[in-house]
Amino acid sequence: MALQEKYKELTDAATAAGISNLQVREQDNVLHIDGEAPTGEAKDKLWDIYNKIDPDFRAGDVVMNINVAAGTGTKAKVTTDSSNLNIRKGPGTDQPVVAKASHNSTVTLLSKTNDQWWLVKTEDGEEGYAYAEYLSPQ
Amino acid sequence: MKISKILFSMLLMSTLFFIGCTPKDSDIKAAVEEKLKTNPEMTGAMTVSVTDGVATINGECKDNACRAKCEELAKSAKGVKSVVNNCVVAAPVQTSTDDALTTGVEDATKDHPTVKASVNDGVVTLTGEIKRAQLEKLMMTLNTLKPKKIENQLTIK
Repeated sequence: MALQEKYKELTDAATAAGISNLQVREQDNVLHIDGEAPTGEAKDKLWDIYNKIDPDFRAGDVVMNINVAAGTGTKAKVTTDSSNLNIRKGPGTDQPVVAKASHNSTVTLLSKTNDQWWLVKTEDGEEGYAYAEYLSPQ
Repeated sequence: MKISKILFSMLLMSTLFFIGCTPKDSDIKAAVEEKLKTNPEMTGAMTVSVTDGVATINGECKDNACRAKCEELAKSAKGVKSVVNNCVVAAPVQTSTDDALTTGVEDATKDHPTVKASVNDGVVTLTGEIKRAQLEKLMMTLNTLKPKKIENQLTIK
């Protein structure tokens, strides 16, 4: 119960932000927060609150698995630091690169293999798997 | 006649005595709530209702032992005749296997060559260096891999 109190501001904010399928569970002294955010901004805001309560995420007492809701056909911007994003044949960095999506270009989401790898179509019409960390659903 | 009068008045008195001693449902409710507060393993709020000494408890417990404990505590509260246990056990958190985590962590740290990561029994341990601006993004990705825990021992530049 102590962990729930420590992160009350975070879980309250998650409820207020309209996180769907929100689950807050404590297991082995770690608070697991799962759910789906309506927007990327809502997710970022929660992470900022988490970082405020536990600066630089040092305590290791939370696993926050919040994804941004994005259905098939959603457009996503390529938000790499500056480089082009590898589009791969399969979901994994061991898979060959079949195309590149340029920095700041837009890709179309075809399906989500998992929370990390999304099957996308680039502006040039090429299809393959991209790492979701570098995609911001619009 | 006299004896029956005495008996009657004794009966009346004892009836009054018992009525007077039966705790009110609202008092029982408060007593049950007080008892349940002593169970540290409850994962959420518990609600209690009492009708004619029958206590109904609703809420979420982390496992069956916790659920049984709640029922036992409720039964031990003064005035409770019986307990209807409507508590549900929360579904356990699904965490990934070490193999799935290792693959996921390799992908996540590929673009962070100064970050070292190891996986052991569901726990991801991070060592090495990272720029503060990149930390949150890396943590966001690692958190979606469903680990049991993330130990962040990174030196932040």
